[in-house]
Amino acid sequence: MPTTVALAVARYRPEAESEPTFQTYEVPFRKDWVVLDALNHIKDNLDGSLSFRWSCRMGVCGSCGMKVNGTPKLTCAAFLADYPSGPVRVEPLDYFPIIRDLVVDLTDFMHKLKKVKPWIIRKEDKPTAEGEYLQTPDQLDAYKQFSMCINCMLCYSACPIFGLEPSFVGPAAIALAQRYNNDSRDQGARERLEILSMKDGIWECTFVGECTKVCPKHVDPAGAIQQYKLAGAVHWVKSLLLPWGAR
Amino acid sequence: MSPQAEGRPIDPHYTLYHPRWYRRRVSVWWWLQNRAYAGFVLRELTSVFVAFFAVILLWQVRALVQGPEAYARFLVRLGTPLFLGLHGLAFLFVLFHAVTWFNLAPAAMAVRVSGRRVPDWVIVGLNYGAWLVLSGAVAVILLRG
Repeated sequence: MPTTVALAVARYRPEAESEPTFQTYEVPFRKDWVVLDALNHIKDNLDGSLSFRWSCRMGVCGSCGMKVNGTPKLTCAAFLADYPSGPVRVEPLDYFPIIRDLVVDLTDFMHKLKKVKPWIIRKEDKPTAEGEYLQTPDQLDAYKQFSMCINCMLCYSACPIFGLEPSFVGPAAIALAQRYNNDSRDQGARERLEILSMKDGIWECTFVGECTKVCPKHVDPAGAIQQYKLAGAVHWVKSLLLPWGAR
Repeated sequence: MSPQAEGRPIDPHYTLYHPRWYRRRVSVWWWLQNRAYAGFVLRELTSVFVAFFAVILLWQVRALVQGPEAYARFLVRLGTPLFLGLHGLAFLFVLFHAVTWFNLAPAAMAVRVSGRRVPDWVIVGLNYGAWLVLSGAVAVILLRG
């Protein structure tokens, strides 16, 4: 087993560089280390100027998403032992503007997320005195998978459609919209469909399917979008055949 | 290490309040980046060959309407090496089209029966089953005639 491994890390220092470059660091190879541990080792011992985001180190916060050897990954879940031959190439997520080194700007996603209304919409709220909105395990099961999203943005980085059409609402936001559509307590599906059946919504997706493959939480955004399309198409046919029924 | 310490010049236009993001352009060759992207573009391309079969069918109907002589000419033209080759190629692409879309079907069809989601293999199996039955029916009609 090697004692060290080389990390080729993308650097972008906007005050001095006009485009990113790679810098190689030699870090100890430990089989219990993930790429994030190696980055922290660099930050603490080799080069304090390296910038990257991280927080929980356990695949919950969604902060440490980067491209490792070309594949979008949570660096807290990418073991060095899986890349023994090195060098391990670490780059910022694709398609987002780079602020510095491995840090990308996510403002665009925050706007898109808000646009799809990812919260429970009720036509009329039940008085508190009447208690909670109850849900059976089966009703929970209908949306639970889509609720696991941690907004890590790996799916956007894997989506060439988002790269080519930056206005595309994108996998995570649509999966989260579908999470609320499938929730038995929600009544906002029609509102969301109006937003998402516009240009830049579900019909931009051509089902590349890579978003689902890279998702660390097995959310299946590609499935969410296709199911959304099916629901949208059924709604459209219904409104055509029964104009009074689908209103 | 700061750029000053490394001896690199500082861009005077850059300030904390006027950051300069780096935006990457997507290469025209993005679909050659990995096998999954290439497979996706290939799958999209299959639609051209599906359309090719549709056009041939329309051409056949036209020949049929024009009478037995026109239909015989149509059949002779289909037998030329060019059309045989094109048909072979189109068949391979359409096969790829059918198989890849059948395999993707469960992602779009989240069917729930008594509260539980029907497993993916059942959806895929039903698609292939329907394909076999329909192909069999077509084969029976054609071979009987």
